[in-house]
Amino acid sequence: MTTTSAETVIVPARARTATESATARRKQGFQHGGWFVAPFLALFALFVVWPLLRGLWLSFTDANISGEGASFVGLDNYREALQDDVMWEALGHSAYFTLLVVPCITVLAFLLAMLAHHIERGKWLWRLCFFAPFLLPSTVAANLWQWLFNPGTGMINHVFGIDTPWLTDKAYAMLAVVLTTLWWTVGFSFLLYLAALQGIPGHLYEAAKLDGANAWHRMVHITLPMLRNITGLVIALQILASLQVFDQAVVMQDFGPGPEGSTRTFVQYTLEEGFTSYRVGYASAISIIFFVIIAAVALARMWLLRNREEGGR
Amino acid sequence: MSGAAQIPVRPRRAWTPSQIVLTLLGTAVSVVFLSPLAWALFTSLKSETEAVAVPPRWLPREWTGQAWSAIFENGNITNWFVNSLVVSVCVTTVVLAVSALAGYGFARTEFRGKGALMGVVMAGLMVSPAVLGVPLFTTVQQMGMVDTYWGMILPQCAPAAMVYILYKFFQGIPRELEEAAFIDGAGRWRVFFTIVVPLARPSLAAVGIFTFIASWNNFLWPYMVTNNPDLMTMPNGIATVMNSYGIQWAQLMAGGLMAGLPLIVVFVFFQRQIVAGVAHTGLAGQ
Repeated sequence: MTTTSAETVIVPARARTATESATARRKQGFQHGGWFVAPFLALFALFVVWPLLRGLWLSFTDANISGEGASFVGLDNYREALQDDVMWEALGHSAYFTLLVVPCITVLAFLLAMLAHHIERGKWLWRLCFFAPFLLPSTVAANLWQWLFNPGTGMINHVFGIDTPWLTDKAYAMLAVVLTTLWWTVGFSFLLYLAALQGIPGHLYEAAKLDGANAWHRMVHITLPMLRNITGLVIALQILASLQVFDQAVVMQDFGPGPEGSTRTFVQYTLEEGFTSYRVGYASAISIIFFVIIAAVALARMWLLRNREEGGR
Repeated sequence: MSGAAQIPVRPRRAWTPSQIVLTLLGTAVSVVFLSPLAWALFTSLKSETEAVAVPPRWLPREWTGQAWSAIFENGNITNWFVNSLVVSVCVTTVVLAVSALAGYGFARTEFRGKGALMGVVMAGLMVSPAVLGVPLFTTVQQMGMVDTYWGMILPQCAPAAMVYILYKFFQGIPRELEEAAFIDGAGRWRVFFTIVVPLARPSLAAVGIFTFIASWNNFLWPYMVTNNPDLMTMPNGIATVMNSYGIQWAQLMAGGLMAGLPLIVVFVFFQRQIVAGVAHTGLAGQ
């Protein structure tokens, strides 16, 4: 970013001496850019837009997995979904997971970033340590923790001298998934926070020091306000990702729904309906419901951002 | 390594009491944080019988490479490794190409319907295989791409998020740079490749690295689109095949480490770029 600004200083002077034909050429350079976006749009149309429209169409039919002999059933699927206790439970599990994961990850990522930022030696080592778990595939992280939580052969109960049935009791099963996820994904938000901390101009702290502010005041009055935007981003990204939880939960429960169905997430339920019960029409309907929920969250964030910008900071 | 390189630039700070406390705290947290990985490593070096001993022990009583040689003799894992590599490299290449072009197109060029298309792409940010898995699968099925590399690769190649990140970046480049080149008679494509792309290198690196990580670790989509063990990727094969008949824990841990290792190596080498990339792009998203 800083390298570009130096070069820009010279250029406008040259642009001002441009002749009329040069101006035309300049304008022409930015015209008819359709070819730039065409390859992306082709892929986007095939694998995002079309499945969305197709899903919408299928949701009004009783299609099965073969896709043949589907007939229009109107709003039947949606009517069924609204009365489907398993769907609501699955939505509840995903929401419960999100509610636990988002605040924990935000706080944890912030604390780890503060720690890594303030230790003056071996910065690359701390970064690597805290980010490393994120580099594992979700399924590997899940397998690893499935085993750590295993009563008897697992390390967690052994180390803490407890006897908790982490994976087989419905009170703990989702909690085990949450703990696994915290360990596995906190590194990403940690890196966002670390980058934001490094972006706070040092002179702010120096000025505050001259004014006699102690470490606590500097954190409350400089660091935290400067991190407000990044916190918004971390929370938004985490909410959207957490609502879509699937991998860890199924792997830790050997592809089942967990004790008394307690780790069945929304994504898992749509796949069960689509690929196990072959009810593609119904699975599409609940997928569309899920899409609406995700879109509502994303739009709410955009609305919040806009309001804040208009209100002035 | 990089710490040593920094010595001439930054003078060594003294070990003040607060630095000692912070470093000790950091070490303690890191040890706790990395202990699951150490546990996986030690387990992979135990025999299968010792791996399931009660109570568990951290270190193997008897160190053995049995599990490691078993997974290689078994053959599947090298297959999965190659599949993962093929899929991730293809996805990363295509994503970099199409999203750089599209990001630039949306940021800088004019064409009919641009505003509307940009809106559609933004809406696409909310669609993922997790959200629309079943309809996406039936679409890919219709194209006859179930159980193929194409079916695994192409649906991962339309990430609206990456286009958006690069779009934001290209918008920040001063227009005058390109205008000057146009006046000098350079064509649009030449301007794109000789001026715009080099400027965007940090952002492109970040997009590339994160796409590679996401694709290497992607479980859900390959899981949906194939159940042929010869086509599976690492996360997939480990989660389904290795978990299916009586888990061999030492082998499972060895396989898991093999899946994670390439990315950890990539990260060690490209740390600086990744962190700079996050600063560039992640922060652009706010």
